[in-house]
Amino acid sequence: MSVFQVKREDKGDVTVLYLSGFLDAHTVPQFENALQQVLDEKRYKIVVNFRDLEYISSAGLGVFMGFIEEVRSNDGDIKLSNMSQRVYKVFDLLGFPALFEIFETEEEAIDKFKSTD
Amino acid sequence: MKNMKKDKTETYRLQVSAETKNLGIVRDFIRRLAKEAGFDKEKIEQIELAVDEACTNVIKHAYRYDASKMIDLRIRIDRKKITISVIDYGGGFDLAKIKQPDISHNVKNAKAGGLGIHLMKKLMDEVQFHIEPGKKTEVRLIKFRSKP
Repeated sequence: MSVFQVKREDKGDVTVLYLSGFLDAHTVPQFENALQQVLDEKRYKIVVNFRDLEYISSAGLGVFMGFIEEVRSNDGDIKLSNMSQRVYKVFDLLGFPALFEIFETEEEAIDKFKSTD
Repeated sequence: MKNMKKDKTETYRLQVSAETKNLGIVRDFIRRLAKEAGFDKEKIEQIELAVDEACTNVIKHAYRYDASKMIDLRIRIDRKKITISVIDYGGGFDLAKIKQPDISHNVKNAKAGGLGIHLMKKLMDEVQFHIEPGKKTEVRLIKFRSKP
């Protein structure tokens, strides 16, 4: 069974979302709901930690495309971290590194928010 | 040692209802076949993702989430390649309208199915579209055992 989970941790003014399992067209709504909730709280500094994510399809990447404009128009960003090689390859094949900052660690991603404040 | 399996042509067929909850089942099935056919880990992952993309497009665009419809997968494995046909009996689409997605612009406006088709073409060695408008669409995904 392909399970997906989103866990959230607020660290100061940065919200970190931890993805685990399989992100495909079936599980995308869970991720969308989690992101929407963060935006509804007017929190626009978001790090998505992919450490425990085993699989992503273009449906998952589409979520980022759907939210990034609103986040950036509110002076925020969605930064990505801790990707496995498998997950990174999918982002890379679709040219995402040109539009999204991707970090090795969550700490680097959070630090980037601080350095650009 | 000669791999007897690779000299034979094996065919398989899987039909699932057009629901996203079946994507995991399809992936598991395809992954198992690709592994038994002797493809390496990287190729198995590529094949699995490409088939997911094709099936997702059928569910979203061909059948518009109509769970009463069926996705028909036919898999053929021979000594040179694996061929996976993802077949639907929906309305078909105009391939010319699916532009290569430009990620740096039009972030929100990626054409319907565009990301998925783009990804399929990057993951597989060949992607063929056989469309009979209003009748049947077959997306044929081919991965060679070694570079052709």
